[in-house]
Amino acid sequence: MTMPGHGEAHALRDHALRLGDDALVLGQRLSEWCGHAPMLELDLALANIGLDLLGQAQHFLAYAGALEGKGRDADALAFHRDVMDFKNCLLVEQPNGDFAQTIARQFLFSTWHELYLAALAASSDATLAAIAAKGVKETTYHAKLASEWVVRLGDGTDESRARMVDGLDWMWRFVDELFHDDLIDETVTASGAGVDRSSLRAAWDARIDAALAEAGLERPAPRRGILGGRSGRHSEHLGHMLSEMQFLQRAYPGAAW
Amino acid sequence: MTTQPSTRVWDILAGVPDPEIPAISVVDLGIVRSIDAEAVHITPTYTGCPATVAIEGMIRKALDDAGLGDLDIVVDLSPPWTTDWISDEGREKLRAYGIAPPPRGDGRGVLKAEAPVACPQCGSTDVEEISRFGSTPCKALMRCKACAEPFDRFKCH
Repeated sequence: MTMPGHGEAHALRDHALRLGDDALVLGQRLSEWCGHAPMLELDLALANIGLDLLGQAQHFLAYAGALEGKGRDADALAFHRDVMDFKNCLLVEQPNGDFAQTIARQFLFSTWHELYLAALAASSDATLAAIAAKGVKETTYHAKLASEWVVRLGDGTDESRARMVDGLDWMWRFVDELFHDDLIDETVTASGAGVDRSSLRAAWDARIDAALAEAGLERPAPRRGILGGRSGRHSEHLGHMLSEMQFLQRAYPGAAW
Repeated sequence: MTTQPSTRVWDILAGVPDPEIPAISVVDLGIVRSIDAEAVHITPTYTGCPATVAIEGMIRKALDDAGLGDLDIVVDLSPPWTTDWISDEGREKLRAYGIAPPPRGDGRGVLKAEAPVACPQCGSTDVEEISRFGSTPCKALMRCKACAEPFDRFKCH
């Protein structure tokens, strides 16, 4: 599938695109909480996390556009691609559900994201390394907030605990994709620009298990992981999300203020 | 000879306030990293901070107004901005404005061990965190248990 030279450049672009799409899609999901969170402090927290992610997305997508060399900037990639061209993992596009489901998604993703960006900060690609080094500081906050809420909900009332269990149960089948290395990952890892995803699993497991233990929760029952987001095969939820996110640019292409 | 124009540019930029915390300038905040004959190098604070675009625009206007339209603005992501770059003068200005400045040297992710913070109103360290995320990405919301006043804390970054 990948040809020497040619393949490497394409893999680097796709790599940047995936990282940008992860951040963009989750940032947009979190923005849906604006004005709806259970309390004001959480409204602020979720919006701020979303904002950090949108900032990271802008850097990754701008770089992907530059690598592509067809004149597409971050906005063009965000607003003028259809669902099959998005390369985010399936976890981030899952619907918010209730607050516990949102926290479950954030907990699983941000714990991975922090490990991934910390490793990517040592990338041989200077741009990716710079974005990651900056992003990891923010992501550390996200992971901490999410794990604290897993503990608070899991170790809270019967109701909050039941919802936390359901939330983790819903999201768990999308975890394996975070650690799955395909040809693109292998290509960018071989060149030193990427991160071996599978190498992060042990550290992730340890952190997840520690927080679950503190929350008095057990891991959801093992189930077959679902892959596909990285190659553009998405759940039905992403298309609906994009129809709202991209509405303005679809209705009025090129609109600006 | 080469330091002369650069000093002038630093003076001009010292007059450009942060759009969200106008008590402090973009120089105090450590956003302006270096100035050479061709360009002013700036580095954004938080990746998603909405003020970044405004800051760049305000710097552009200040340079243009001073007849320095040829001077470019270059955004450098690396090394990443840290609260350690806020000047001593900037920290004093933050405190006087009612925002507890971040302690130094703590900005590298040691979040579990947040250094104690003093209330900018009464100086008490008997404080509690109300919300880790506040009115802007860079601030947390605190409350002083001694004087009962809420206040913002500039987060370590």
